[in-house]
Amino acid sequence: MAQFNLPANSVVKPGKTYPPATASRNVKKVIVYRYDPDSKKNPRTDTYEIDLDTCGPMVLDALIKIKNEIDATLTFRRSCREGICGSCSMNINGSNTLACIKAIGEIKGDLRIYPLPHMPVVKDLVVDLSRFYAQYASVKPWIQTQEQSSLERERLQTKSDRERLEGLEECILCACCSTSCPSYWWNSDRYLGPAVLLQAYRWIADSRDEATTERLEDLKDTFKLYRCHTIMNCTDTCPKGLNPAKAIAEIKKLTAAVGN
Amino acid sequence: MSSLRELLSVLPGFGREAVAHWWMQRLTAAALLPLSVWFVFSIAMLGDASHEAVVSWLKTPSATVLMGVFIVMTFYHTKLGIQVIIEDYVGGWLQAASMVLLNVVCILFAVAGILALLKIAL
Repeated sequence: MAQFNLPANSVVKPGKTYPPATASRNVKKVIVYRYDPDSKKNPRTDTYEIDLDTCGPMVLDALIKIKNEIDATLTFRRSCREGICGSCSMNINGSNTLACIKAIGEIKGDLRIYPLPHMPVVKDLVVDLSRFYAQYASVKPWIQTQEQSSLERERLQTKSDRERLEGLEECILCACCSTSCPSYWWNSDRYLGPAVLLQAYRWIADSRDEATTERLEDLKDTFKLYRCHTIMNCTDTCPKGLNPAKAIAEIKKLTAAVGN
Repeated sequence: MSSLRELLSVLPGFGREAVAHWWMQRLTAAALLPLSVWFVFSIAMLGDASHEAVVSWLKTPSATVLMGVFIVMTFYHTKLGIQVIIEDYVGGWLQAASMVLLNVVCILFAVAGILALLKIAL
């Protein structure tokens, strides 16, 4: 049943403010969510005033500057800094995106950085994605074939077959879409969520894969697939410009066609 | 790797039912589009008509049939829609209880509507 009172430590309180180190006219306020579950203290938002003249152009640059120059305890994931690894996914001014490809200049006013919504926080901006990865593994995201594969030859595809994977294979599993989905917030234990369903469709749409029927049968489930209510937050937020909602709609059409 | 298994729910889904549910929700929605327009238009046309006029309108075969289909589709579509809301937000025994209540209420209203319609038409 719905729980109406907030659990302990869920109220976010204002934290420390760090004034700019240098006298500059180009100062941006960066408000960052801070939480350490081990400390038993409530989460807080720390405010860092940074000099943009000595900072790179992206939100990730600001976070790295803060960690290097102001507060080394700030915790976040990052790796490639060019939008291909999906590590630095976080909620920036209300939208899930990758900090490394989000320009500070795009954001008017203060910069507000929170972890991905509705996920267990490990520390600060780092969330626990274990279930997300388990769900990804559950759709068997690898090629499945009937005959024994031969090492002698490649599995060839026509150009048009390859084109069907456009907009699917670019997904980097950053989890921005899944964690923006209210259906995933309420039922993430049973609903696979947009990212995993897009990945599932990536293999359904692959002409070389021969387990299409099994894949569709597995998705015919009130919760795994049909918790998608076409809210479209996924498509709206995807930092790679992909359309998970369309992929889910394609799966629904296929299950209906194969289904009865 | 046991943790991977634990992270995924082991609760069984409802396979075929899920596909049928999705289909029927769309079919009833498609049917209700023209039916709702017809219903609203008809009621508006009747305006301040007398009881006798409304009864004689309902007795015409086209009105009887369309009204019958409209009643069934409306309550079927209502049932399918509210079922999704219950699945989304209600858990445990309360979910099962809400489902039963939903079915009972929708069937009761649909049957009452059809019976009333037949009583007038026949």
